[in-house]
Amino acid sequence: MAHSAAAADAAPIATTGLPESRDARALHFRVFIGIAVMLVVLPFILYPVFLMKVLCFALFALAFNLLLGYGGLLSFGHAAYFGMASYLAAYAAKTWGVTPEIAILIGTITAALLGLVFGALAIRRQGIYFSMITLALAQMVFFFSLQAKFTGGEDGIQAVPRGHLFGVISLADDRVLYVLVALIFFAGLALIYRIIHSPFGQVLKAIRDNEPRAISLGYRANQYKLAVFVLSATLAGLAGSTKAIVFQLASLTDVHWSMSGEVVLMTLVGGMGTVFGPILGAFVIIAMENYLAQFGAWVTIIQGVVFVVCVLLFREGIVGLFARLLKKPL
Amino acid sequence: MLTRLLLATALCALTAGAALAETPVKIGVLNDRSGVYADLSGEGSVVAARMAVEDFKAADKGLKVEIVSADHQNKPDVGASLARQWYDRDGVDAIFDVPTSSVALAVAQVSREKNKALIDSGGGTADLTGSQCAPTTVHWTYDTVALANGTGSAMVKRGGDTWFFLTADYAFGQALQRDTTGVVTKNGGKVVGSVKTPFPTSDFSSFLLQAQASKAKVIGLANAGGDTINAIKQAAEFGITEGGQALAGLLIFSSDVHALTPKVAQGLVFTEPFYWDLNDGTRAFSDRFAKLSGGKKPTAVQAGVYAGVLHYLKAVEALKSAKDGTQVVTKMKEIPTDDPLFGKGTIRADGRKIHDMYLFEVKKPSESKGPWDLYKTLATIPGNEAFRPMSEGNCPLVAKN
Amino acid sequence: MITILGVPMQALFGQLLLGLINGSFYAILSLGLAIIFGLLNIINFTHGAQYMMGAFVAWMLLNYAGLGYWWALILAPVIVGIFGVILERLLIARLYKLDHLYGLLLTFGLALIIQGLFRNEYGVSGLPYAIPTELSGGQRLPFMFLPNYRGWVVVASLVVCIATWLVIEKTKLGAYLRAATENPTLVQAFGVNVPLLLTLTYGFGVALAAFAGVLAAPVYSVNPNMGADIIIVVFAVVVIGGMGSILGSIVTGFTLGLIEGLTKVFYPEASSTVIFVIMVLVLLVKPAGLFGRTA
Repeated sequence: MAHSAAAADAAPIATTGLPESRDARALHFRVFIGIAVMLVVLPFILYPVFLMKVLCFALFALAFNLLLGYGGLLSFGHAAYFGMASYLAAYAAKTWGVTPEIAILIGTITAALLGLVFGALAIRRQGIYFSMITLALAQMVFFFSLQAKFTGGEDGIQAVPRGHLFGVISLADDRVLYVLVALIFFAGLALIYRIIHSPFGQVLKAIRDNEPRAISLGYRANQYKLAVFVLSATLAGLAGSTKAIVFQLASLTDVHWSMSGEVVLMTLVGGMGTVFGPILGAFVIIAMENYLAQFGAWVTIIQGVVFVVCVLLFREGIVGLFARLLKKPL
Repeated sequence: MLTRLLLATALCALTAGAALAETPVKIGVLNDRSGVYADLSGEGSVVAARMAVEDFKAADKGLKVEIVSADHQNKPDVGASLARQWYDRDGVDAIFDVPTSSVALAVAQVSREKNKALIDSGGGTADLTGSQCAPTTVHWTYDTVALANGTGSAMVKRGGDTWFFLTADYAFGQALQRDTTGVVTKNGGKVVGSVKTPFPTSDFSSFLLQAQASKAKVIGLANAGGDTINAIKQAAEFGITEGGQALAGLLIFSSDVHALTPKVAQGLVFTEPFYWDLNDGTRAFSDRFAKLSGGKKPTAVQAGVYAGVLHYLKAVEALKSAKDGTQVVTKMKEIPTDDPLFGKGTIRADGRKIHDMYLFEVKKPSESKGPWDLYKTLATIPGNEAFRPMSEGNCPLVAKN
Repeated sequence: MITILGVPMQALFGQLLLGLINGSFYAILSLGLAIIFGLLNIINFTHGAQYMMGAFVAWMLLNYAGLGYWWALILAPVIVGIFGVILERLLIARLYKLDHLYGLLLTFGLALIIQGLFRNEYGVSGLPYAIPTELSGGQRLPFMFLPNYRGWVVVASLVVCIATWLVIEKTKLGAYLRAATENPTLVQAFGVNVPLLLTLTYGFGVALAAFAGVLAAPVYSVNPNMGADIIIVVFAVVVIGGMGSILGSIVTGFTLGLIEGLTKVFYPEASSTVIFVIMVLVLLVKPAGLFGRTA
């Protein structure tokens, strides 16, 4: 299957295989500083709840991109981990009354376990068949969510308390919650950056670009793939649990297959295989969803046009385009 | 659409009497404009809200009303964040319509937190005035319990005493089945079986055969939207009604029946609080509405938005302020309701608006004189019988009193 | 009366027959998808939207041109097929050298646009489309009432599927097609106009979707979202059959219809999920699907 070709197409720069120059590292450091500054400044300009939503989805897209851009695996069922985590976090916070950090932890662990089981099944297949297995497994999760009592069917789990962080700090104020979400997001981003640039990440890229070669070099490709799958699912779960606390609800929307499609779109728009692309992609898509809401039925049409234009003209995504102009990986 | 909206609000502002101290009121119509409920709520609800502002003569009464609208895409998180943004940033005082139970519950939660009014018309779940009721919520048009009550009891009284349910397999469908079953058995009927159908389903033939084999006199459709339309269409194909079984819709709107046409839907029985051809008041309103929306007659949900806005403005006028949601809703509960579409009524302490419901039957093609001549009225169900008694709703607001 | 797990034998026959009818829709739709994938290497996510367009064009022909069902059955696939040809020439042809993913994303975007435009124009409640008078009524079989129209659906789809299969397996054109699937460069070198072949294949695959749409119009709700959910199921059918396998998609389409039909009797809630369970099982045992060749 041509999945390695996909990765080469999607990320022509990140796949050169050359070690990144110190120059690029310095640039990345500046980007990190830039993101940190934005995280501090933006809530004074934009609406915090909107920003929190963007950050949750940005983390989700980052997690997805870890698997696609660096593992070369296109999952079409990432909604399963995002959604299940958000259900479990919401349920824990509402029914068991645990503090938000515990709820988020419970959600994240759920996603990790789910990712372990599904990943073990899915990584045995490649290319489109991998995508199809992940889709099918996610459909089963959707069915489960519809059937199970605790998810509240299509009403979802509503009125989840935001609670007190560590039992002390009230998160009722949007600004306090924003700080927490921004911290979670930044930690997630830093972790993903570490993973990509660790020896583990280098092996992953080697497997993505040429699996037989990596295997012949003595790497157990399947273990690496499973590991990155679980990591990706876990971080998607972290994003989903955080979202449940922010919006105080968990619903079927989060486990539906169109959510899996949406995260692909975010990654595509931002730039597959770029470290920072998914963040911008998530921002663009969520902003469209929010600010185009007043245009009613035109939202999906505009989304469709964005898809088409991206595929035809900006295959490397917004950040990928910048990376090409700067001649440095981003 | 946006420009039209801006123009309308600009006109409102211009014509407002400068002599009066103006009370600003900002209304948000939040509903589905691209998904399954776009036809029964959607742009039509915005038109209805605008008509209500016009008919209230808000400008003459010192109210400066502005209307905004948005698509919640049937996603609770989109709905909740739009609501938050409207309340926090855009100075919206009240949200109207909000179909889709999950979104309605989420928006009710936000409205309570921000102390702003939610006048829900499109949402179906009775939890809005039950376990999740709020001092800021009014549930105007219908709820699933009322629909089940109306259709269930009326059908049994007309001899339909054995039932088989086609139930959409999610909480909403199951609630419809549960509530209807309660009413059917209370009235001496019997439920002989049911089948849970995946949501959404396009092919109902298999389930219809099972319903046919059950020999039940009534087949209850505990589903909504496209599922209901598919089920009715295929029931006609399989000759279900010709075989002597009656179809009872538990959640169906005039936009659905119009899409099905009387040829396919004839004989279908269901409950609704509004039909455009009920009386002079509804006819006059509906003709005006149709002129503004490409010939479409209003649905019950859109009528509910009209009546809700009208009554809301009355309360705001009395208070001279729209800022405190609890106060406005309390006022709305104090003033008896009276409008040309739903007649005289009240809003209960739990937020439930009480008005009569009607049992309708879809006309035969030979009886129908036009594309919108759809229903004949079988019975009027008085408001106090139609809706769930306040004592059974477990609304914490009522328990305290 | 003989019963199986508490279900009378006769009722079971009825359900199997209905399953076969649903399988007809899956078969035609997955056949089109498989042909397109086999030759163009494009996963045509627009297929559901094109199925919907078939039904809408049938409605438009009736209401704007006064042409009834039988005309629609011929004209709608042609019209939607031409639309497909235009799409292929303008957009899809630019992606052949790239990975599947881009084709999938492009056609997904196109599906959003098409569905959105129809929704803006016609709303979501759906449009009425009556069963043609020749096919109204039904037969009272010993075990069930079979509407004539449903019988017709099975016959029509079997004929179309078998004809398509024969054309691809037994004619010269089909031979070119199969050869181009294997090695386009070589076939081009033999003087066959491969780009034209690709365009026509896409048009034909789309026409099949539209044909299924016309067949569906009298029995299913004709609304802009009617193809949105079926597409995922049809994907599963194609994958189970083996991506690109013509025979595989036809056989799997009908078989899964039957299996779904049985599920509707014994565990109705799961009838929409059972296909995905089968897909996972099949892919784990036979990586390239039931009829696919392992790469």
